[in-house]
Order: sequence, then C-alpha cells, then structure tokens
Amino acid sequence: MTVMECVGCTMIAFGIPFSMFIFTIARHPFRIIILMTSAFFWLLSLLVSSLLWYAVVPLRSELAFAVPFSVIFQEAFRYLFYLVIKRAETALQSVRLQELAAKGMIFDRLAVAYASGYGYGLISGAFAIVNVLSDMAGPGTIGISGHSQGFFTATAFLTLAIILLHTFWGVVMFTSLDKHGYQRIVGPIVVVIAHMLFSCLTLINRTKTPVYAISLVTGYLLLLATIFYTIVLNGVTLNSFRRSFINVRETTTPLT
Amino acid sequence: MTELLHSPDGNILGVERPENYGTSANVSSSAQMSSPNEELDENNSNVRRHRRQDQQQNRTDNDDEEIFKYGASHVVKLFVPVSLCMFIVIVTIKTTTSYTPGGAQWAYTPFTEDKQTNTQRILFSLANAMIFMAFVIAATFILILLYKFRCYKIIHGWLILTTLMLLFFFLYSYFSSISASLNRPIDMITICFLTWNIGVMGMYSIHWKGPLRIQQAYLILMSALLALVFYKFLPEWTGWLILGVISVWDLLAVLCPKGPLRILVETAQERGEPIFPALIYSSTMVYMVTAVDPPREEFATINTNSIANTSNSNADETNENGGFVNAAIRQQQPRRQLIPRADVPQEDVRREEPRYIVEPAATPHIEDDDDEEKGVKLGLGDFIFYSILLAKASALGDWTVTMACYVSLLIGLCLTLLLLAIFRKALPALPISITFGLIFYFSTVYIIGPFCAQLSLVQVFI
Repeated sequence: MTVMECVGCTMIAFGIPFSMFIFTIARHPFRIIILMTSAFFWLLSLLVSSLLWYAVVPLRSELAFAVPFSVIFQEAFRYLFYLVIKRAETALQSVRLQELAAKGMIFDRLAVAYASGYGYGLISGAFAIVNVLSDMAGPGTIGISGHSQGFFTATAFLTLAIILLHTFWGVVMFTSLDKHGYQRIVGPIVVVIAHMLFSCLTLINRTKTPVYAISLVTGYLLLLATIFYTIVLNGVTLNSFRRSFINVRETTTPLT
Repeated sequence: MTELLHSPDGNILGVERPENYGTSANVSSSAQMSSPNEELDENNSNVRRHRRQDQQQNRTDNDDEEIFKYGASHVVKLFVPVSLCMFIVIVTIKTTTSYTPGGAQWAYTPFTEDKQTNTQRILFSLANAMIFMAFVIAATFILILLYKFRCYKIIHGWLILTTLMLLFFFLYSYFSSISASLNRPIDMITICFLTWNIGVMGMYSIHWKGPLRIQQAYLILMSALLALVFYKFLPEWTGWLILGVISVWDLLAVLCPKGPLRILVETAQERGEPIFPALIYSSTMVYMVTAVDPPREEFATINTNSIANTSNSNADETNENGGFVNAAIRQQQPRRQLIPRADVPQEDVRREEPRYIVEPAATPHIEDDDDEEKGVKLGLGDFIFYSILLAKASALGDWTVTMACYVSLLIGLCLTLLLLAIFRKALPALPISITFGLIFYFSTVYIIGPFCAQLSLVQVFI
C-alpha cells in the first residue's frame, strides 16, 4: 500500500515533467546541458538561501522570513544564469553563429529559455519531494495521529505545480529580457511577483490540518495565468493557434 | 585522468586518457587493443604530408564550429555512462547491506579510525590516505616506465590480470553478497556459471574485440564494482581525504610538465597509439581503429619530419613557437587515428585520394561513421571516484545530498569538457567535479538538508 502510494505520487509529480523531458529535451544534447547548468544555478541559490536561514538563528523556525528571501535569491540566480547564457552567446557570435544556427544546434532562444526553466523546476521539485517520497515508501504511514491524510497527495500536486511554474517562469523571464521596451522590465517583475505569491501561499500549509484547497486551487490558477501570459508573450494569438491546426507544419509550438 | 575528444571527422578536441588509479589497487582494468609498432613506408608518408597541409588550412575554419557542434553531444555521451555507473552503485547500496563500510579493512589502509580524539582520527586517516596514494603513485610510475621502454607484453599481462581478478572475483563476491543480503539463496553452480560467462565475455570484449556497447557496458560495470569495493573498505575519513588528495594528484599528474600521466599521454601520441583503451571509457570505437590500421605512422611522421614539415608548409600556425607546433600535432593526431577507419576496406583508396579526409563532412564515407568516430574519453578512475563520492552521499539516507552531489559532479564534468574544448589537451577530470561534489556534500548535509527538511515537513515550496 505504501509502495503504491509512493509510486502514485511519483507519477503525479513527475509524470508530466518526464514526458516533457522525453519529447522536448532528451534528444537535444544542448538542452540537456542547459538543463543541468540551470539546475546547478538553482542549487547555488538554494545554498545562499539556506546559508541565510542558517545564519539568522533566532528566525530559523520562522519560515516566513526565509522563504521570501529564498524567492528573491532564486530569481536573482535566474537572472545571473541569463547573463551567463548571454555571455556565452556573444562568445559564440565570433564563431559563425549563423551557420551553426542553420544547423539547428545553437541558441534557439525559446529552447534555451524553456530548458533552463525546466531545469530550475525539475531540481526544485525534486528537492521538495524526494525525501517525502522516500518516507512514503513505508513502513509507516501518515494521518494516524491526527495529521491530514492528504499530505502526500497534496505535496505531489504542489510539486507538479512548482515544476511547471518554474518552466514557464523561465520562458517568461528569458523572453522578456530579450525584448526591448517596457516588456523587458515587466516580465521579470511578473515572475518575481508570481513566484512570491506561490511560495507565500504555501506558507498557509503550516498548520496541523491545513486546507489544501486554498494553496492547490490558487496554485493551479496561477499556473494557468502564467501559461496564458507566456503564450501571449511569445506572440501566439488565437489566429496563429487556429492556423496551426489547419496546417500542421506551421507549428506554433517551437519547442519541439 | 585525462580526457580528450576526437572530434568527428578528425578535427580534434583532444584525445586520450590514461588512467591508472585503479591499477594501483589491482583494480584497474585495461587493455590495449592497439597494435604494435610498425614502420611507415615512404608512400604513406608522402600522402600524409599532403593531407596534413590540406588539413591545416581547413582546420582553422572548422575547429570552432566542430567544438560547438559536437561538444554538446560529447558531454551527454559521457553523462549517460557516468550516471549509469552511479546508478548501479546507488541501487546496490540502497538495497543491500553487504556493501556498508565497516568490518574488514584493507592492507592499504592499515590504521583504524575509531580513536578517542579528532586529532588522532585525522592523523590516522591522513596516514591511511598517504599510504594509499603511495600505492597509486608507485603503480603509475611503474606503468609509465614500462610504457616508456615499450614493455607492452608486461603491461598487457598486468592489465589482463587485473581485469581478470576484478571481473571474476568481484563479480563472484557481488553475486554472493547480494543474494545473502536480499535473503534469496542462489546455489553455487548458478553463481559460478553466471560469473564464468559474464567474466569471460568481459575479458573478450575488453581485451580483444566485441561490440562497442558491450565493451562500454563492461567498463561501466567494472567501475561500479570497484567503486563499491572502495566504498566498503575505505574508512570514512580516509575516504574523504583520498578523494581530495587524488584530485590534487590528478591535477599534478596530468598538467605538470613532467607529470606521469602527461608523459604517458604524450608518449602515446608520439607513438600514435591510443592509450590502453580498457583503462578508458571511450565513446568511440577506438580499438577498431587501431586494430585495423597502425597509427604509428603518425609517430614517425610527426617525429621525424613532421615538425620541420609543418613549419615549412604551414605558415599560419607553426612558424613561430613550439607551442603551436605541439598543438598542431596534437590536433592532427586524432584525426589520423580516424583516417584509417574510413579506408579500412581498401588501402589503395587512401593513397589515391587523400583529400577526402580534408573535407570530411562532405564525404559519404565519413558521414556514415560520424557517430562512432567522434568521441570523448574518460578514465575509469574518474568513474570510480565520482561513484565513491555519490555512494557516500547516498548512504546517508538523505536524497537531497545525493541529488546535489550528482548535479555538481556532472557540472564539474561539463566544465572540464568545456576547458577541454578550449585547451585541446588531456585534462584531469577529477579536480573540478570533486571540488564541487565535496562542497555540495558538506553544505547539503549541514545546511541545505535541514532547511529542505523543514520546508518539506510543512509543505512550503520555495
């Protein structure tokens, strides 16, 4: 039973990300590297935030202090990662960028944004759930002494939400930083606010029997909003969407 | 532990890698498939000279492109085997208790660590690590000496013996301890049958010939077994110290002008032989190349006339300083190794149209072989020490540590490969990765881990 629960929650949390990986990333070595690198950047940001958490001893049990800072650090490192990529790109420019691009192996901007967001999401989701999963496998179970029985399922769904959210945040951040004008500023701000919102929403889970509906529903609404914003940002309109159905070749999802 | 890339059609990113840490502990395995020395004949050398000129012209144009074109897939081609090796180790450690450290100790590390004070513990583990390193260094030097004086037979014998022992003995003990700790009895006959068959096939494919996949699988398997054994028998602090010391040693041995591994690599390049293919995981079919066509021509070319030739014929690169000459030679090397393959079928073709090597991408020949010919080599020692680090991480029971170490090891590998593409010579693969790994191990255990535990306990997502 416990093992089944573990498998089920793994599927919930990583099923969609896994298929995303298989279909959009696994066959592109370059994206795999971007993924790993951005995961490493997330790790660095986590290191910084836990250093802060560790250093401020009196507030160690008060996560409401550490979490907002952690969000800020993560987004700062995402921006840093963007700068690194940008740097690498300029370095490559000397190297016949166009030919490379023609061969399809070089900075497809959207793909880079997507892979980096995915890497961020994957590692952050994994860090959030992996120990829960290993506890879930047994031998004990949860809910006997009055705790909420939905703990595992809720964690799995929230993990899925954070993985997807990070993916889209990555896309939003990178594409809007690439643009000029007001969008260059609006995009990152939207990302930071959305991230802060989601993280702070999960702070209400801290009670013994939390009402998961609040964080889950708002989390997934936020996800929908982010997806919508990402799509609009990338210039997909209803018309182009419709066209993509009419003419399959004219794809609107350049990620694949 | 060095690594080099051959690039696809011959533009090279670097190339060889000797490895012999394992050897010291009777562990390494390797084999040399490459063949013996042969003198080159005059015809070939002429052809070669032409080829070289052409190559050099094109090289400058192509090199950068090649780096980025194939760099990414090289990196991923190493990610997969390294991850597989780590996976085997982690699964074994998680499912059985027979590989938990403690109990028996090696003669290599005679001092125990259960001392009263930390000072004593540190001193004793330091002594252990030094003894261990002494073995490693001694074995390395013996290997270099043997290689220097062309005692190939002895080296082969040595490598075959170690592989033999490793495969049969460790495999046997692996099977029996697994069955014991899973409480699933297996009878002796089955175990012997399995060990015998797997071992013999391994010996065949590593030291003689076999499909590339199988050879790679065996190298991964051996590294995993070895990492498990190391993990089990090295006392805790000794293990950490050894990881640190060996990456420093790796750095010195590969990069110092007189470093043993560097000498090994350079000698091998001069002689035009790949270094003990079985000490190295290679994503290419190295032994095919060597088995078919004697690369030592290169040796002759390069040593005898090459430097003079090159500098005459090619103004851009070689004129001024020796460094460039070396670089040029180095770059040609792998390319040469690749050449033979393409013309394996008929020797004559090569003489008639040497040019096809020059525009590799354009020729159908080479395109066919593309996947196999480009490649990166990573020493088995790197596999082993990465896996030891990960084994130590996963033994804690905290998966976040495992993941942090995994990511940082792979990033270290990525960075090393990036440097490899830039410098184009053999580089040590341990220092960067192990440094990252150690940093993230300890910071995850003491700082990140508790933070994450608290977060996931109250379901707060950051």
